[in-house]
Amino acid sequence: MSSLSSISDNIVALTGAEAAAEAMRQIEPGVVPVYPITPQTPIIERFAAYAASGKVKSEVITVESEHSVMSAAIGAAAAGSRAMTASSSAGLALMYEMLGVAAGMRLPIVMHIANRALSSPINIHCDHSDCMGVRDCGWLQIYCESAQEVYDQTIMAVRLAEYLKVMLPVMINQDGFFTSHLMEGVETLSDEQVKKFVGEYNNPNSLLGKKNSLTYGALMLPDHFFETKIAQFEGMKNAKKAYKEISGELENVSGRSYPEIELFQIGKDTEGVIITMSSAAGTAKEVARKLCLKGHKVGVVKIRLFRPFPYEELSEAIKNISNIAVLDRALNFGSTPALYSDVIRARYAALLPNARIQSYVFGLGGRDLREKDVEQVYAEILTNKFSEETKFLNLNR
Amino acid sequence: MKIDNPTALIGGIIANGGNSLENKTGKWSARHAEIDQKKCIKCHQCVIFCPEGCIEIESDGKNVEVNPDYCKGCTVCAIECPAQAIKII
Repeated sequence: MSSLSSISDNIVALTGAEAAAEAMRQIEPGVVPVYPITPQTPIIERFAAYAASGKVKSEVITVESEHSVMSAAIGAAAAGSRAMTASSSAGLALMYEMLGVAAGMRLPIVMHIANRALSSPINIHCDHSDCMGVRDCGWLQIYCESAQEVYDQTIMAVRLAEYLKVMLPVMINQDGFFTSHLMEGVETLSDEQVKKFVGEYNNPNSLLGKKNSLTYGALMLPDHFFETKIAQFEGMKNAKKAYKEISGELENVSGRSYPEIELFQIGKDTEGVIITMSSAAGTAKEVARKLCLKGHKVGVVKIRLFRPFPYEELSEAIKNISNIAVLDRALNFGSTPALYSDVIRARYAALLPNARIQSYVFGLGGRDLREKDVEQVYAEILTNKFSEETKFLNLNR
Repeated sequence: MKIDNPTALIGGIIANGGNSLENKTGKWSARHAEIDQKKCIKCHQCVIFCPEGCIEIESDGKNVEVNPDYCKGCTVCAIECPAQAIKII
């Protein structure tokens, strides 16, 4: 459970799904396209009930599949309305093509995911294979341990997505059933506080807004595609700073603090640490607490902001800890688990320039790889020009 | 082929409507059709058969001219012309 800094009158018994719907009710997005899938369905059912009873004026659109959910959300966000929705597992997989479209078009859509295993075999229970499968498609990803975190992160996510230097969609993950269907006391803000915090929908490139005749989703040839993608890449990098600002701002309103990573019992003499995400972190923290009472020096690092990954913050937190375990809730067939891979990079970040392995990205959207680009690579690596940052070949800055 | 596109905003959003008119697809081919006006019998078969609709009838209703901005030299007009008045150059 996240810490409640003060006991408040506004504690409501909510499951994770209900907390998501409650935050959505207070945000009151203009358009919510929906399609059900276990275990996210209670989110959209509860929100649809709010809309049906007039508690929100949001337009709830029941579409024919999750691919259409994301297409409708893209249309709404591009037209000039806040768009939010929810999905899980195969639903998220079905809309995969449109995830890249939403991110590439720089639309600040917010989507809840109640994490559930991908098929086959069919399984409706908690697993991170759905969200990990799409972790690099351009959406920000936040992981919530509890209903309280789901509630607060939803409010933050709207501002994070619409931050002008970010302008990217955000996925808020909670464990299917373990968080989505289990009830806890959630401290809520008032409707006015939430409305004030999120403000009006802010997309300067709305189709129905001030600029005339905008075209979304046109063809872009190899001469400009690469630069457009790099701009998107920079947007994702800017999300680190935006997250710090917005979580700080919400802390001033709610008293609850949400740094990118949560440190539990991490100190100068910590000997062993478990790094994990979501509700598993809760179990880990409880065990660490009991072990610390017996004199052991163990702690937990919980990752909240997963994309963009907080390499610097994690690297700093674990730099003096000699024994690390990473707990992943998904398999990466043929490779190492996702969180583990990112933790390794964070762990060895300081050593990377000396490792003398330079990352380059080239050729996006058909941009040619010229012989002189390859010559440039050899020239750089043979003259010790190594950097932790990925470099780009034949990019017009 | 470099197309200057200063109006693309983030996400590749294009801010000036109708700018596809600036994209002359005739540039995609090195060859174009040319009508020999002396041989042309003004039957307008080339106009009907052109897949691009880029052979234009002039204001007198009779003469036809190929629009080089969009012609890609596909040779359909040259093949269809009953007077064999069209060459692909």
